[in-house]
Amino acid sequence: MSNRTVEAYAVRSWIREKLFLGMTFQEYLKSLITPFNIIVACILCVGIPFYVWRYLHGLIAVMHPSHDYPWGLFICFGLLGIVPLSATGFIMASAVYLFGLKEYKPLVRMAILTGFLGYACAVAFIFTDIGRSWRLPYPMFISFGPQSVLFLVAWHVALYLSTQFVEFCPAIFEWLGVDRFRRWALVTTIGATIFGVILSTLHQSALGALFLIMPGKVHPLWYSPYIPVFFFVSSIWAGLSMIILVAWICTKAFRQRADDRFLNSLDNLTVGLGRAASITLFAYFAIKIIGVAHGHHWNLLATPYGWWFQLEIFGFVLLPCFLFAQGARYRNVALIRITSIIAVVGVMLNRLNLSLITFNWNLPHREYPKWTEYVVVITIFTGFILLFRWMVNRMPVLTEHPQYKDMH
Amino acid sequence: MGKQETDKDETTRITRRGFLKTMATIGGVGALSTANDSLGVEKFTGSPDRYGVLADLSLCVGCRSCEEACNEINNLAPPEAPFDDQSVFDETRRPEPNSWTPVNRYPNPKEENKPIFVKRQCMHCNEPACASVCLVGAFTKTREGAVIYNEDVCIGCRYCIAACPFYVPAYDYASPFYPKVRKCILCYEKRLAKNEPPACVEACPMEVMTFGKRKDLIKLAHKKILENPDKYVDHIYGEHEAGGTSWMYISPVPFEQLGFVTDISTTPYPEFTRGFLSAVPIVLIMWPALLIGFYMWSTRRDEIAEDERRSGHE
Repeated sequence: MSNRTVEAYAVRSWIREKLFLGMTFQEYLKSLITPFNIIVACILCVGIPFYVWRYLHGLIAVMHPSHDYPWGLFICFGLLGIVPLSATGFIMASAVYLFGLKEYKPLVRMAILTGFLGYACAVAFIFTDIGRSWRLPYPMFISFGPQSVLFLVAWHVALYLSTQFVEFCPAIFEWLGVDRFRRWALVTTIGATIFGVILSTLHQSALGALFLIMPGKVHPLWYSPYIPVFFFVSSIWAGLSMIILVAWICTKAFRQRADDRFLNSLDNLTVGLGRAASITLFAYFAIKIIGVAHGHHWNLLATPYGWWFQLEIFGFVLLPCFLFAQGARYRNVALIRITSIIAVVGVMLNRLNLSLITFNWNLPHREYPKWTEYVVVITIFTGFILLFRWMVNRMPVLTEHPQYKDMH
Repeated sequence: MGKQETDKDETTRITRRGFLKTMATIGGVGALSTANDSLGVEKFTGSPDRYGVLADLSLCVGCRSCEEACNEINNLAPPEAPFDDQSVFDETRRPEPNSWTPVNRYPNPKEENKPIFVKRQCMHCNEPACASVCLVGAFTKTREGAVIYNEDVCIGCRYCIAACPFYVPAYDYASPFYPKVRKCILCYEKRLAKNEPPACVEACPMEVMTFGKRKDLIKLAHKKILENPDKYVDHIYGEHEAGGTSWMYISPVPFEQLGFVTDISTTPYPEFTRGFLSAVPIVLIMWPALLIGFYMWSTRRDEIAEDERRSGHE
């Protein structure tokens, strides 16, 4: 064989190993025909034209041209709802690397990947929502408005996205087999983790602080000077619940990609995460009550908005708090997993309540997002689920790379 | 950069405070050394000679000349129905991209056949919420009192629209490539900067609006109310609302009956986020210290456990 054929063979086998999961291209294509993928393909076929439409005809093509509700689903769900669920990375990384809870190590990479893609997804939503998407980097390089909370959010989300990428780099380098870069990336672990906790504290709370300037628009039961604290604390239980949920999904969808270390420790770790979520949920419930007391809003609890508020804090905060505690006490992993769904829905409900559902509560008319916004939201979200699957299938996320076992 | 320099001269406290916040937000450490300078800024009351407009709602007859003049000077697309069409009063209108100053009609409980007409537009706050929330600094409160907008840096996040307590700014949702935030700019470049009154004020046949220095207008309004206690409600809308605005109203009918936002704080809106922003540099500095402490504590704990295990074996 000539040198060139050897090279070509090496390239082909590299592509086959790294990209096509060890199959030939034809086999790989065939393996893609599954019921799940057919549904996904349908979603993308419907959604992508709407996405293109938005850029050809302006935002009006996909959303109501509302001046009273300038923020629709892209911001209220895509940014405010997804970011707390993406707190997974900083929670697991700080638990393992800073607080010495080393038994959680099997979950770290999965948590960081969830967080990283969650933030990337939020950035994709912001990109879609802002009128001139191509100016997204303006607050970083062109024009500065540092007195704005959103300026802080923009910088911190950008920095944190980069930080999480660095934190995930070891997995990418192990997948590509470049040892030198991998070692270099590992050196940054502690620094990146600390930086990630700072950035997360600030921008999770800053997302709540965005609404401090709208006291007349946010309903008094949701408005409080403590909003930044509410947002930060809820991001912790939301992140913990998300780790439980994603790990559960991984055991179902990616069982063959997970090693024994992951699968055998997961029940214990789920119980531990459930216990932690229960404690933070209780703390959150307590400060929410203090928020009502601080604002003297007890009388509002008996109004229609008040019932809705009570549904949120009893049904989606206190109930999961109690169920997590029960699950942890009796080591009922299934209960903890089901409860994590309630908590994940709960944090999104809170964000949507504050920013959309009860927003402008004193205006005579109400507006709700146009159906096309749901289409675009589902499309973007589906794209990121595909990306998550693509990465988990190839990179050592749920497994330790055999070459690097027992190394730090 | 040149633009920024001139803005700095023109703005009130926003930019100076902004410098502080840049340091606080990005650098963290730098903020502490300059923190004292900001104390002088706390009591800043705005440019003393800034202009304003006082609208006397008892005089307006709803002819919409102001709307027409506004569309003309700002090159806004003409409305579907002509400006003398009175049917627009059947519903309440808010400012829109091509209608920066809609006039609305409200029943007059004092005289049934003489409804009250209210012209709406940007209030030009002394300390505008829109300017404080803009992450690219697209809004400027000028020395003359106008709150102006720089479309060259605007990314279209619409936080200004969400934050405005008066529900004023509107967005060009229909423009795919050059969408802008649209609102009254008090005819800043074409008239106000030359010390001329805005086009709507000049177009009004009933002389509903008085243009002048804001401090003089407040005196005038108080004088009118004092001399005609039966004619006016004893309130100047805009004197204290949202920390005070350059546009002000006096009215024969309570403002809450005329579609005005009345649950509005007298606190300047940027104040609502000040506490949060001042906590940012503290977190930036204290968190690393605490976290490194935790890290050292957990590694030391492991070392001690290891030592004890070893000595136990011996």
